[in-house]
Amino acid sequence: MIIVEKLSKQYRIGHIRSTTLPETLMNLATLAFLRKKTQEETIWALRDISLSIEPGETVGIIGRNGAGKSTLLKILSKITYPTSGTLKVGGRVAAMLEVGTGFHQELTGRENIYLNGSILGMTKKEVDRKLDAIIEFSGVEKFIDTPIKRYSSGMRLRLGFAVAAHLEAEILIVDEVLAVGDAAFQRKCLNTMENLRERARTVLFVSHNLAAVENLCRRCVWIDAGRVHMDGESRRVIEAYMQSMVGQTDAGDLDKVENRRGNGKIRFRAVEFLSSEGDVQRVVRAGDPVVMRFHYLASQPVYHPSLGFRMYTDMGTLITDTSTWHHSVDIPVLEGEGHIDLAIECLNLLPAKYTLSLWATDDSGMVVYDNVEHGITLEVETANIYGSGKDIDSRSGIVFFPQKWNLAGTLKRPVGLENIAAQER
Amino acid sequence: MGRETILELWRYRELLYFFAWREIKVRYRQAAFGAGWAVVQPLLSMVVFTLLFGRVAHMPSDGIPYPIFCYCALVPWTYFSSVVTTASGSLVNNESLLTKVYFPRMLLPAGAALAGLLDFVIGSVLLVGLMLYYHVVASWALVLSPVIILVMVLVTVGVSMMMAAANVRYRDVKYALPFLIQIWMFATPVIYPVTVIPKWLRPILALNPCWGIVDGFRACLFPGIPFDARLLGISVAVALAVFLAGVYYFHREEKSFADVI
Repeated sequence: MIIVEKLSKQYRIGHIRSTTLPETLMNLATLAFLRKKTQEETIWALRDISLSIEPGETVGIIGRNGAGKSTLLKILSKITYPTSGTLKVGGRVAAMLEVGTGFHQELTGRENIYLNGSILGMTKKEVDRKLDAIIEFSGVEKFIDTPIKRYSSGMRLRLGFAVAAHLEAEILIVDEVLAVGDAAFQRKCLNTMENLRERARTVLFVSHNLAAVENLCRRCVWIDAGRVHMDGESRRVIEAYMQSMVGQTDAGDLDKVENRRGNGKIRFRAVEFLSSEGDVQRVVRAGDPVVMRFHYLASQPVYHPSLGFRMYTDMGTLITDTSTWHHSVDIPVLEGEGHIDLAIECLNLLPAKYTLSLWATDDSGMVVYDNVEHGITLEVETANIYGSGKDIDSRSGIVFFPQKWNLAGTLKRPVGLENIAAQER
Repeated sequence: MGRETILELWRYRELLYFFAWREIKVRYRQAAFGAGWAVVQPLLSMVVFTLLFGRVAHMPSDGIPYPIFCYCALVPWTYFSSVVTTASGSLVNNESLLTKVYFPRMLLPAGAALAGLLDFVIGSVLLVGLMLYYHVVASWALVLSPVIILVMVLVTVGVSMMMAAANVRYRDVKYALPFLIQIWMFATPVIYPVTVIPKWLRPILALNPCWGIVDGFRACLFPGIPFDARLLGISVAVALAVFLAGVYYFHREEKSFADVI
């Protein structure tokens, strides 16, 4: 059981550690460091959050980057303390804010299971008892006595999750861990989450994977700008949340979007959907060819960038993530204004509204130039996709494939003859 | 610091052991000489100090062979200085732990103090070897050595807590600490005997808790060195104060660790 009342958290965003040596000397000379406190800016990461979560409930927490979700989880798991407000948590809390916390490169997989388990609050006996299960779950049996510095990042992830999945706590707090790993691993994680839920524990789940949230949690809390914006049945909350994301911008114009990350060396200015005739379309017909035109502005020359987008359903399920990087298309340099086109032969999407997130990074993917989450809406309208005249809509799924039914195998044959033929053979 | 904090520390006692275990396991990994370093390090310091201060500077040593005179002080001193150095970085170097999981934060510096005891034991075994070699027969005061070891651990933990917590807020600790430790060593009778200090100055220097530990160690081992109960008393009192102050400061600061680090 978790009861939170009027919880607020204030952060100082001072310039304490970013001073350079000359500045520091200046400060020393003028004794400015004694007065520094007054110059500090503060922000409220959380403002008057009140929540009550019953034992056995699985609650999803959603919201934009920087809305305060992580801060809330950190307070609930006692990592940090609220500036004001009260917090009552009944039962042992296990928090997975990161997979494999405290792993040490030099230790073997087995040793790290003990270390990690114990950091997460397991006793040695508990780990002893579950060791085989954990190793099996992780799927890295062969390398269990190898130092994990030799592991791939995927193996490390699986090992970390395997430990966490065997935690026994009344309250489990999970943050975004599912955002990483391949599809099979994500599936495994979701199954584990489901198991945990069935064991009637209280689970708090923060994720950008809205489909997963909807699937796992009956209740969902939407946090925006440090406050509870909406709290209720998952489907309703997620719909409202997606609605708000979509409503932010007119697809054609991204200049005003402020909810974006990146250093801004490249900025997406607009995305257009062009028909085969080259006309800009507001709505695209299912099955039509379409050219996506990404307008960018590079304030200075940027060499070998990668540009791409992710497409989501209105419930936040990722449909595709594609980019120049995926295609090994090298962009030698971007400078000033321009556009890049992506030609799609046949837009195999069923009629619905889809959202697009755009991203531009350097070729390693480490430096983000621009990232606009859910900034663009793509509306796909119904079309005679199967040539049948039937109105196929989103109730039939998300995508369709070019396809043809073949009835050649149903041609009538006398049953008896076939049996005889089989016996002769 | 209430009853709850203490109960919680007790519940997490295994983690203390695991932190110490990690420290030890990791220390000599991928070193060709391996755990041999634990033995060689104190011996090498002894050799260097003996050559420098014993032979070249002719430092008096109360009639005890200089190598063992010096080494006997180096064992507790090395424990103190190396644990304080490791522990001062224990929070900062485990930033991801501090910002991603909850556990009693004190366990990190305390784990370093526990791990250091292994080196201390190895050093002590070598000390016994040296005593046999130099035909030194321990005095009756040896029975007091557990008390002195306890005081040594308390001081070390206290200073470690202070440095670790201060380091989170002020990275200056990292740069200032090596100098502090160096000066501290010269303020402690490691390379020189207490007898070279004028009598009137000794009670003042005994305010340094390491003073009583090092001198107490010598008094335990060498019958020729008298137990100065008054000086030892001062050091023990200061040691207790340092321990409590360290724990108090750490406890006061720990709520903000995750935000400030």
